[in-house]
Amino acid sequence: MTPLQGRTSKLADREGFLAPLFLLPAVIYIIALVAFPLVLAIAFAFSDVTVGNPSFDWVGFDNFQAIFDDPVFWRSLRNTVIFTVISMLLVIVLAKALAMILIADFRGKWIVRFLVLLPWTTPIALSAVAWLWMLDSVYSPIDWVLRSLGFIESNVYWLGKDTLAMASVIAVHTWRIVPLAAVIILAGLISIPDDIKDAAKIDGAGFWRTLFEITLPLTLPVIAVATLFGAVLTFTDMGVVYILTRGGPENATQVLPSYAFLKGIGSGDLAQGAAIAVFLFPLMLAAAVAILRSVRKMETF
Amino acid sequence: MAALAVAVRNLEKRYHGADRNAVDGVDIETTEGEYLVLLGPSGCGKTTLLRTIAGLEQATAGEVLIGGNVVNGLPPRARQVAMVFQSYALYPHKSVLQNIAFPLKAEKIHKAEREKKARWAAGLLGIEPLLDRKPRQLSGGERQRVALARALVREPSVFLLDEPLSNLDAKLRASARDELKQFQDNVGTTTIYVTHDQAEAMGLGDRIAVMYEGRIRQIGPPREVYEDPADTFVATFLGSPPMNLVKRDGHLVGFRPENLLPADVVEGNGSSLTARLDIARIEYLSGDRHVYGTLRGIGEETRVIARLPATVTVPLEDGDERQFAIHERDLRFFDAESGEQTAPQPVRA
Repeated sequence: MTPLQGRTSKLADREGFLAPLFLLPAVIYIIALVAFPLVLAIAFAFSDVTVGNPSFDWVGFDNFQAIFDDPVFWRSLRNTVIFTVISMLLVIVLAKALAMILIADFRGKWIVRFLVLLPWTTPIALSAVAWLWMLDSVYSPIDWVLRSLGFIESNVYWLGKDTLAMASVIAVHTWRIVPLAAVIILAGLISIPDDIKDAAKIDGAGFWRTLFEITLPLTLPVIAVATLFGAVLTFTDMGVVYILTRGGPENATQVLPSYAFLKGIGSGDLAQGAAIAVFLFPLMLAAAVAILRSVRKMETF
Repeated sequence: MAALAVAVRNLEKRYHGADRNAVDGVDIETTEGEYLVLLGPSGCGKTTLLRTIAGLEQATAGEVLIGGNVVNGLPPRARQVAMVFQSYALYPHKSVLQNIAFPLKAEKIHKAEREKKARWAAGLLGIEPLLDRKPRQLSGGERQRVALARALVREPSVFLLDEPLSNLDAKLRASARDELKQFQDNVGTTTIYVTHDQAEAMGLGDRIAVMYEGRIRQIGPPREVYEDPADTFVATFLGSPPMNLVKRDGHLVGFRPENLLPADVVEGNGSSLTARLDIARIEYLSGDRHVYGTLRGIGEETRVIARLPATVTVPLEDGDERQFAIHERDLRFFDAESGEQTAPQPVRA
């Protein structure tokens, strides 16, 4: 019997060797940039570490006690929830509408798709600074237009009043997230077979019936994932808030991430900042698990 | 004569950016209750024609008439048509009952009435036990029935079927074809059926319209289209194996493989044409013998196929040279340039 050629398996043929090798970069990345900071943050939250005195002393739940007694913390939590819920509702409705415009076949749709994605691709620091000017108390072009059209007598001070400041922050954040969500939902819409859309037309379904009975149910898993991403991004985001208002006026737009930053870095109390940040973790985890579970249930068509 | 159900007048359809018409000047008329099959190779425009009749595509030129009214520009829902798609296009998130009842929602029919009609349609197709299932829990054949029930439930004036059997496996396809024919006989609704499968076309159609490159090459009853093809495209597209074509001074002589038989079994020797066949190869296919060989003596030497039924038991071997004959009434003549059928030509020197 002649021996089969190349019968000895090489190292690269062995799954037990290759699989861990290929997983390694991802694992290193996650450990270095996700797991380690998370463990550190949790450790800090139970310590008295400050910027001035980095020696680690265990203080138990003292930091949590302190932040729970802090009215600004509760205000920030409330703001975070308002910020997330309202901007996500706006994002879903607007992104769905935008996706339906993007999927339509028209001349120059590639240019439109590109332009629509721009807010997402622009660094938040740049676009938020641009919005800072748009909403400026003296030079705001929005005010100028409204004044010219006769809707307002004098400038609005978008970022200077409690409710308006919150509305402005939500608007800018929505503006930023909508393109991403729209593209995700667009992918979902494209994945609906043409035959199904044609069948709905033949079956006499008009625009609204097709929307609520065909496209929405079929894209629901995708919309849920887009919402999960959006909610996580919103819940943990402080870029828009920090650049536009620094949490002001009077903490009216203070959210948990910006407050954690203010406490931990601004005032140097790393331990309390960490406690605020860690407080977010179980909330996010619960939300993610809930959404992913419902998605899995929906996907079993 | 029965009333016109669907008529298409000089219909043209060109897609955006295409350099030729997908449907290029088609005229068709179907009568009430007729089963018309659009047959052609892929890309011949048959599905586009069907979709234009359905209203899923708008005609570039020409008219579509349903029940005597021009329906150009009307959306599908206003055309009283029902369509079954190749993929069946069942709504995956809806139960079978909801799928079947869905077209009735648009007609603003009361919920109880909707359910009653859906059950009636399901009953006609024998799928009542499946009503609570989701499409993914059904077999291919069951999905096809659900799609048919959904088409039927509105009692449309026309059924449009786009290759409804091509997703079934070969064995199921034969029985599904039979059921489809019975179903149409019971319901009696005008049907336009698109397929590339000639067996389906021959088996189902009252008439067959053979399409190629956006045009109808021939329209007629299956037998006529098969026996008397209008041109060489139809002659070679229909039939398996296809019609043999032999070149002979400026025209083509055509004959079906089953008409080329050993000379001693062709009856009426006086009116038959005899030629020598050098047998290259014999295939034995479900009772028939397919004989491949080179034919000399009719025109130019040509590779031809003869199909001998099981009743012809003449022993033949590879490499034999035999006299074969064709009855003159089975000969067809085509213009060598245009490929169109011409009047019979003299075949004897």
